[in-house]
Formats: sequence, C-alpha cells, structure tokens
Amino acid sequence: MLNVVEAAPRQTLWRGLTRRAVGPTGRRLEPYAFLSPTLVILLILMLYPIGAVIRYSVMNNVILEKAPVFVGVANYVGILTSPDFWVAVRNTSFFTAVSVLAHLVLGMVFALLLNNSLLGPLAKPVFRALFILPWLFTVAVIAVLWRLLLNPNGVINYVLQGAGLMDSKVEWLANPSIALYAVTFINIWSGYPFYMMSLLAGLQGISSDLYEAARVDGAGGLQRFTHITIPQLRPIIVSIALLDVIFTTQQFALIWLTTGGGPINVTEMLSTFTYKLAFNQYEFSVASASAVIIFVLSMVLAFFYVRSQRMAD
Amino acid sequence: MRNGVSATWRATSLVVVLAVLVAGCAGPSSSPPATAKPAGGTGGVTTLEFSQWWEPELPQGALRGLMDQFEAASPGIKVKLLSGPFASTKEQTIAGAAAGTMADVVGLDGAWVSDFVKQGSITNLSALMKSAGYDDSQLAAQIKVNGSTYMIPVVNFIYPLFTNDDLLSKAGVTAPPTNRTEFMAAAKKITAGGGDVKGWILPLSLETPNGIQNDVMSWNWASGGSMLKDGKPDVANADVKATVEYVKSLWDAGVVAPGALTMKEQDKVEEFTNGRVGMMIGSLAWVNLIRKNNANLKFSISAIPAKDGFTGKRGIPYASWGIGISENSKNKAEAWKLVDFLMNKTNNASVSSLANGFPGNTQAVPSFVSNDNLFKAAFDIYKAGYPANEFTGLPVADELMRSFDEQLQKTLSGNQSVDDMLNAAQTSWLKKF
Repeated sequence: MLNVVEAAPRQTLWRGLTRRAVGPTGRRLEPYAFLSPTLVILLILMLYPIGAVIRYSVMNNVILEKAPVFVGVANYVGILTSPDFWVAVRNTSFFTAVSVLAHLVLGMVFALLLNNSLLGPLAKPVFRALFILPWLFTVAVIAVLWRLLLNPNGVINYVLQGAGLMDSKVEWLANPSIALYAVTFINIWSGYPFYMMSLLAGLQGISSDLYEAARVDGAGGLQRFTHITIPQLRPIIVSIALLDVIFTTQQFALIWLTTGGGPINVTEMLSTFTYKLAFNQYEFSVASASAVIIFVLSMVLAFFYVRSQRMAD
Repeated sequence: MRNGVSATWRATSLVVVLAVLVAGCAGPSSSPPATAKPAGGTGGVTTLEFSQWWEPELPQGALRGLMDQFEAASPGIKVKLLSGPFASTKEQTIAGAAAGTMADVVGLDGAWVSDFVKQGSITNLSALMKSAGYDDSQLAAQIKVNGSTYMIPVVNFIYPLFTNDDLLSKAGVTAPPTNRTEFMAAAKKITAGGGDVKGWILPLSLETPNGIQNDVMSWNWASGGSMLKDGKPDVANADVKATVEYVKSLWDAGVVAPGALTMKEQDKVEEFTNGRVGMMIGSLAWVNLIRKNNANLKFSISAIPAKDGFTGKRGIPYASWGIGISENSKNKAEAWKLVDFLMNKTNNASVSSLANGFPGNTQAVPSFVSNDNLFKAAFDIYKAGYPANEFTGLPVADELMRSFDEQLQKTLSGNQSVDDMLNAAQTSWLKKF
C-alpha cells in the first residue's frame, strides 16, 4: 500500500518530465514510432509482394527474362481473351456458389440439431466433436482420404455396389461429367463445420424470451425460424458467407491434389490456372496478371465484407 | 530545448532504423550476389557449392563420403553440399537461376535444361570438356541444346515393362509380350479373368503429366519412333499417330485400369503391387518398394513391346539425375573436376549402386547387377537398347506433356479423333518453341 501511494506521484512527475523533454515535434512523431513495427510488417508481408506482382503483371516475362520491358496491359488482354481462363472462371463460379450454399444449409441444419434441447448433456459434446472432425483435417489429408474413398476400387463404390445401387464402378474423379461435382462435394464436406460452429455460437446467443413471446403470439416452428432465428443470425451469415466465398474462390490445394484441374479441364479453377502459368509454363508475368485479376475480385468481396462488419457494428 | 531535440532525434532514429530494416529485407538487390565471392575462396581453398536432391535419397552420408574422396584427391577444393527434396531443389534452382545465385555445380532434371540455357544460367559443358581434353565417348547420354552439351546424366532410372507372373500365368500367357499384338492379346486375356483385375495401367493425371513420357510416348521410342524433327515438334507424324491409335485401341478394348484420367504414378505402383494390374511400364527404382510392400508378388521385367516386326534398337524411357555447372560460377575449372570425378568409371559405378540406377558412364557396372536377377535383366535391356527421352531438354517439358495429355484425354473420352488430337497438340507445342 505504501508503495502504491509513493509510486503515483512519481509516475505523474515522470509523465510531466517526458512531455516537456519530447517537445512538440517529438510528440507528433511518437505515434508513428509506436505504429512503425506494425507498418513495417505490413510493408514487408503485404504491400511489397502485392506491389511486386502488379509490377510483374505489366512487364514481359519477368524472372526468365534478364531485362524485362514494360508491355502495358498486354498480359491482361492475353488472359481475358484466353478460353481456358473463362473455363476456369465458369468452374470456379460453380464450385464456389454450390459450396457456399451447401455449407450454409448443412451448417445451419447441424447447428440447429446441436442446439436442440432434446440432446442430452453427454450427447451434445460427442456430436459436436464428430461433426467438427472434417474441419480438423489439413487439405492434404482430406485430398488423400477422398482419393482413396472415391477410387474406382475404393470403399464408396464397394458400398454402393454392395447395396445394389450401382451396377458398375464409377470413376468419381476421373469421369469428365462427374469430376466437378465430386470435388465440390469434397469441399462441402470439409468446409461445413466452420458454418456449424459459427451459427451454433450465434444460436446460443439468441434470447429465449424472443421465442417464448413468439409462441405466446401463436407463431409456429417455421415462423419462429424465419422471423427470429434468421434475422438474429443475419450478421453472422453474411460475414461467414463472404469469407467463405473468398476462401473458396482461392481453393487450390484440394483441386490440385485430387484432380490437378482435370480430367481434360473440367475442374480447372482460377487458382490452378494461375499456378500452371507460373510453375509449369514459367509465364510469370501472365501468371501475375491472372493473380491481379483474382486479387481485384477478392478485394471487391473484401469490401462488402468490411461494409457488412461496419453495418453490424 | 536540448532534451526536446534529443527526443526528436531518438524518435526519428527509430523510424530510420526500421526503414533500413525494411530495405534490408525488401529484396535481393540489397545483398551481394553469391557469385561475388572471391574466386579461389579463402586461404587458397576453393569452396564449390553443389546443389542437388540426391543426398536425401541416398544412404545417409554416402554422397558426403564421395565428396570427401574428391576433396582428398583434389587438394585446394572443398565441396559444400546444398541438399533438399526434389521439389524444393527445383524451386531453389529456378530462383537461383533468376537471381544469378545458382550453386557452382547443380543437380539438374532434363526438363529444366532448355529454360536455363535460354536464361544463360548454366554453362556450355562442351567447351569445358574440350578445354579439359575430356573423352565424352564414355558418356551414355548428353543433354544438348543447339548442338552443345549443358547437362550430363549421372545416374539413369529406366522404365521397362513390369509383368505380374501369376496373373499372366493364370491368363495362359507364358512369356511377357514382345510386340504390340502380343501385348494386346495378353491384356485382353488378363482382363477376361474378371474381378478387379485389368491388363494394363495408364496414369494420365494432369497434376504430374509424366505418364505421357513414361506410359504413352515410350511405346513410340521403343519402336524407334520420334516425336521431333530437327529439334522441333513433329507430333503428328506416322509413328506418333500409330502409338496413340494403339493406346486408344487398348482403351477401347477395356483393358486399361479405371480412373486413368486422374491417376498418378504412385497409384500405378500401388495397383500393380496389390495385384490388380497385369502389366505396367514402371521405373526400376520401384523394384525394392514393390518387394517391400508385397513380398509375395512374383513379377518380371522385360523390354517395352515394339511394333510388330521391329528389329532395330529399342529406345528405353528414363529419368535421370543430371549435372551441370552454373554460368556465373567463378570456379568453372574446379567445378568440371567435380563433374569429371562423378562421371569416372569407378565413382559413377558407386553412385549408381547406391542409387539403384544405371550409370551415366558406359564402362561403369553397378554392383547390384551381379546380385539380383531382376536388375541383371534390366541392365541387359539397358545395354541392348539406348536411353530415350525426347522431352529432356525441351522448353517447358512439363507443359508439353500436359497439353498432350489434355488432348489425349479428349480423344480417349471420344470428344475428338486421333488426327484432330495430334494436330491440336502440334499447334500447342509449336507455340512453346
């Protein structure tokens, strides 16, 4: 106690001395000095790489050319007029739209099930642990796991044939007319727990008074869901859906490790398209242009995400 | 006032120090290139950097042991090994080529050579061999661009035909097929046995499209065919067309294992090891792996079947551990001594024995040949034919395989004819040259 009484006037004295010693210019620079570690990290990890990629995208083949020259928007024109790019755009759009929608529906269903009062105190954590499992695996493990399961001689075909649901083996990942659906399914399986946990947290935060009042007013289960649950969860749904769109459009490892963009080009995504340009064709400038296009699309989505967060605040 | 100036100075100093820190981390231009080190090293000792992926794949300490022998035989030269897995070595070599910081001696894959030559990052070995008075007739192969050698294969891993003895016997096939007609008949008989068993396996994954080199174009090379003319693409020629038509006929006959269009090389080995495939074209490097994973599997090795009536020398597809020298090296003469050391008869036999591959020196004989009948058979095939891999040394070789693969997949799926496929592949390849 004695120390506290003594320390307080010393602290005030120190502050006064410091303020006088620093002076007006020092005080102006002081915040920047405190911010500088963060600014440096941002500069190194964010701004410099982004700036470098944008600069590469307007040069002819950087890295491989000793003296690359400025070519303006030629690389962008090349990308935007490439039929392969538009195939990748179409596949990415399908993959993203179906994945995000299915994530939302599955995540909501599982969250509602886990939030149900019918589940006992022991059953709840068991089901939570089971349902969240896919999210705990790394993408490489998920890819290997599903490659084995979907192998023509794998478990899925064995079970389906055994149950009499199929006559012949299906090449899930190797059949051009099925492969895109198969990789989308894998992505749905691996991603729904993110929604489930976020929505479950949201559901647990909704006041039971609202539901009781609705019951008193004669609202049925569906009405309570559409007029209380959904509006209360809307900020969370918007946020996670936007984040999911950003994550899914950039999904690379899962596609690369399962199909490599094939068969033919039916699972080619923007990410695999860009990777091939850079590391198979060594067209680093064209790949940079493709990356900048993806970056701009992501920025648009990020803008909406930030705006939704501000509105929520 | 004095205190105020001091505080301002302190704050400004902090910002400047951090700014310098950023500049220091911002790019390679701020640090001196590795090649700026003085030639000859310190104290009259030249230190050669040798980057490769071989050390992790050889028994522990084996490559270092060879380097110690080299250092003992070459006073004044030390070797610093820069080792890593293949993929990271590839990335580091590409980055080093771009930044001018490539190691003095570099382990090379044939697929990289053309691009490095175009960049001017690897040196002309023909000139070094000439100035050193080296007899290159002892080399099994040299990877040349525009008539000059840029890479020498140190160890070759050949891709012969593997056949499952039990499955062939059960199907009534008494010996491995030697020509295409026999192969088709054997594949049909094996498949007719039913169950999950198929006659042949064809991995065509676009992620690693080397199935085109090892499992498709190998049929062409085994029959003396080529996919090039005067170093330029000639994919639509009669030999390649016959090869693709043959592969398609195997596909249409239903003798190819399912899942081919996204199948990878390791899947192929697993299927063969598990006894679900009668025949595959595979690397000799897998013999020990197959034996380890299925000790009961009886299998044989033979030459890839040629077209009917072919009597010439058969090209055998191969992958290799190649070696080259950086153009920026200040110690090219010393670097050549190391290459020469690895390529001489005795040392090349040692590296090959350790790697279970075949030597890049025609006079070297690896020790495992006399101890193992399968390897002996493979060595006989190797000596009777010649290493053939036309993708080695081509620009963006991986991409050439991938574009051919995409067109082949369309053809196998019934979306285009063989002629359309080959014309599309030819057009695509020409753009890369």
